[in-house]
Amino acid sequence: MSTGKRLDLPLEPERYELSSASAYVFDLDRREFFRVCGAGVLLVSVLKPSAWMQESGQSRPRRGDSLPQEIDAWLHIGENGKVTVYTGKVEVGQNIRTSLSQAVAEELHFPIEKITLVMGDTQLTPFDMGTFGSRTTPTMNLQLRRVASAARDLLVELAAKRWQTDRQKLTTADGKVLDPSNHRSVEYAALVKGQQLTQRLPAQDPLVPAESWTKLGQSMPKVDGRDFVTGAHRYPSDQKLPEMWYGKILRPPAFGASLVSVDLKKAEGMGSIAVHDGNFVGVAAPSSHQATTALAAIQADWKTEPQPSGKELVDYLKKSPAEGRDPTGDGDRYEVGNVDQGAASAAHRLQRTYTVAYIAHVPLEPRAAVAKWDADNLTVWTGTQRPFGVRGELAEAFRISEDGVRVLMPDTGSAYGGKHTGETAIEAARLARAAKRPVKVVWSREEEFTWAYFRPAGVIDVMSSVRDDGTIASWEFHNYNSGSAGIRTFYEITNQRIVFHPAASPLRQGSYRALAATANHFARESHMDELAHVLKMDPLEFRRKNLKNERLRAVFEAAADKFSWGKRQSADGRGFGMGGGYEKLGNVATFAEVQVDRKSGEVKVVRVVSAFECGAIVNPDNLRNQVEGSNVQGLGGALFEAIEFANGKILNGRMSEYRVPRFSDLPAIETVLLDRKDLPSAGAGECPMIGLAPAIANAIFDATGTRLRSLPLVPNGLKVS
Amino acid sequence: MAAIHLSINGRAFTIDADPQTSLLTVLREHLDLTGTKYGCGEGQCGACTVLIDGKAQRSCLTRAAAVGQRKITTIEGLARGDQLHAVQQAFLDEGALQCGYCTSGMIMSAVALLDRNHHPTPSEIIEFMDGNVCRCGTYSRIIRAIQKAAKKRVETGTAKAVGQ
Repeated sequence: MSTGKRLDLPLEPERYELSSASAYVFDLDRREFFRVCGAGVLLVSVLKPSAWMQESGQSRPRRGDSLPQEIDAWLHIGENGKVTVYTGKVEVGQNIRTSLSQAVAEELHFPIEKITLVMGDTQLTPFDMGTFGSRTTPTMNLQLRRVASAARDLLVELAAKRWQTDRQKLTTADGKVLDPSNHRSVEYAALVKGQQLTQRLPAQDPLVPAESWTKLGQSMPKVDGRDFVTGAHRYPSDQKLPEMWYGKILRPPAFGASLVSVDLKKAEGMGSIAVHDGNFVGVAAPSSHQATTALAAIQADWKTEPQPSGKELVDYLKKSPAEGRDPTGDGDRYEVGNVDQGAASAAHRLQRTYTVAYIAHVPLEPRAAVAKWDADNLTVWTGTQRPFGVRGELAEAFRISEDGVRVLMPDTGSAYGGKHTGETAIEAARLARAAKRPVKVVWSREEEFTWAYFRPAGVIDVMSSVRDDGTIASWEFHNYNSGSAGIRTFYEITNQRIVFHPAASPLRQGSYRALAATANHFARESHMDELAHVLKMDPLEFRRKNLKNERLRAVFEAAADKFSWGKRQSADGRGFGMGGGYEKLGNVATFAEVQVDRKSGEVKVVRVVSAFECGAIVNPDNLRNQVEGSNVQGLGGALFEAIEFANGKILNGRMSEYRVPRFSDLPAIETVLLDRKDLPSAGAGECPMIGLAPAIANAIFDATGTRLRSLPLVPNGLKVS
Repeated sequence: MAAIHLSINGRAFTIDADPQTSLLTVLREHLDLTGTKYGCGEGQCGACTVLIDGKAQRSCLTRAAAVGQRKITTIEGLARGDQLHAVQQAFLDEGALQCGYCTSGMIMSAVALLDRNHHPTPSEIIEFMDGNVCRCGTYSRIIRAIQKAAKKRVETGTAKAVGQ
């Protein structure tokens, strides 16, 4: 197996191109559609090339002079009265199964409970790059609205033909076409009976405006919520096939270790199978207990190489540019005006360094896959944000055609950007091939902590200058390794130099909810507070002075109002702070109140207020849930989460050693949602997270006078002199 | 291998398994009761919580062979036919989940709490539930759901303990 190199690719869409999309082009084959769906009416959505390029961040391989057309969703109205929608997007707790159903119900005028979404199945759903970057709502939600709207149009036309009447006289409601002139009506199901109609999505967008929504814009409960509270839902790790065995993988003692010798004899004599293929060693057995026993019987020698440790990380990242990159920063450079002249003209200059640690996603469901071979055809059920990407990884690993690989993604126990890659799928498939039967691999928590990938650590240098009137005269910002998402400042500054320096990360790193926007906003919004302090200006007033963006101003004002910023009373040990910004088409401002116990050093975040705006709200309660969840998850990275490592080993890779936020960490959380019905809906899984860390750091400074510039801020409490 | 006799959700089972096998593995692998989840394997996350004689226990740290005659209740055994347990219904009503992977363990812990404390205060809920992790961060909703279920159980006189 030659998967090592591929699996080590760092994955973060904004920093690196994802493993490129397959050249797969879905040919529209009517017979195939109807074989899968049964008779009825089918609407096919063809993604416009421009939209495709926006989402993927790269141009598609060209065929001749034109971009290939890409189907991104299809919708089927069956003669059984059910509507089935096919999309390559996947559900990891962001609740898009519900919000996408709402979109279809709204435009189709159809009961939501009769809509089924088939998601993330590479055999049944159209190609999709993956579920990341908060793109589902701005792209797929909109696209499904178009599809549903076109479907309704087609149904009206069918009814007009049947009744031989003018289609303008007809209306639709609740799954029926109605003719108000003579009170007749017909169910969609009856209209599509025996039909095999297909229609491509027309170019126009006859969409219901947000002001008139009745199903979108409402707090619809999770469509399949009952399955989750009864334990009936089957996550990837719950899949079970007849004759299935359980697999375990032998892990190296350190990153980058190479296998010198291995003895499988004992393991093979225990009713299990053992596989040694390149650097891969694994076992499969009829029970997980037997697999664990067999794994322990394997004798292996590894050769390890010395590697950098966490203690030297800051220096290391600044001195170790990524391969082929110029240390002065050709990676991602933005320059306007002249920072040196700007700084020379200002009364105050400030230079500060901020750092962020590697952190782990800790999805509560670890990576899992069940693989099954049928001759040379491979089927894998796995929890991944990129089913089509994993299909490509499997095809490459086993040197088979992508046509022979099917990847299915059952709704998964969270991901947070951490489940982009397909190593578990490959492991299960390799063992299944050897065992000649289905094999399930579920990573242990320790494996998940060690062999997945991390949010990148980073070092950020900020050099700024301000005039006495509060105008920022120059802004220089260098991010080493953590990423370029959210790196540009949204404040109005004439002279800017902003540079991203990719580094050779000692740990495997990749996407994490909000990407580097968390690190970059932490540095920027902390620094803003430091500048306000230099000027003895109110931090909100200082931001107002330098901020023109109306949407951002609106969330700062809304949060300040709810928080009663103007009436706050700081005291020793009690402080208030703010942070905000925009990312992934959303705008957030978060205000925090902290209580610091100077004796014990304990820092408690007692209150958090976030104002969030992402255009027209699709599902208010779910949006609130996402904003609250972002703030709770964000508490960990802000206060105490950090991966400790030395010489190629993770030192705290267990739940008992790596602290995540718990009930007792919960502040009072208040969320203000600004509903901009005049603006397109954007996603909300990431942006709400970015304001919290700087808000807390600024509040700690307000409470104690101690300025903390490293995330996590207080892994061991606050040492106050 | 040894025969292990268990009473789960009111039914008797005999399982042939290694005596060291955890209750979690028996539930998931031998009995296909997959509502109980693996999260950390060291009793730190609560995803594997079941009731044993009405008490919340971590099934990943419990040897199946050590349970004996005691009655086990899993998430699958909580509803009565179509009638959800008050805690299950409250989780739905409050939208107290995102990915839902922690939900089984959260609900089982909450049921154990309400069976011994009919009116828990928020701080009592936080203290009791602190061993259950929700990575999606729905804690405030879970607290609300537990309070709502408590209120409903008292109002409707259904505050009868489960699995004792």
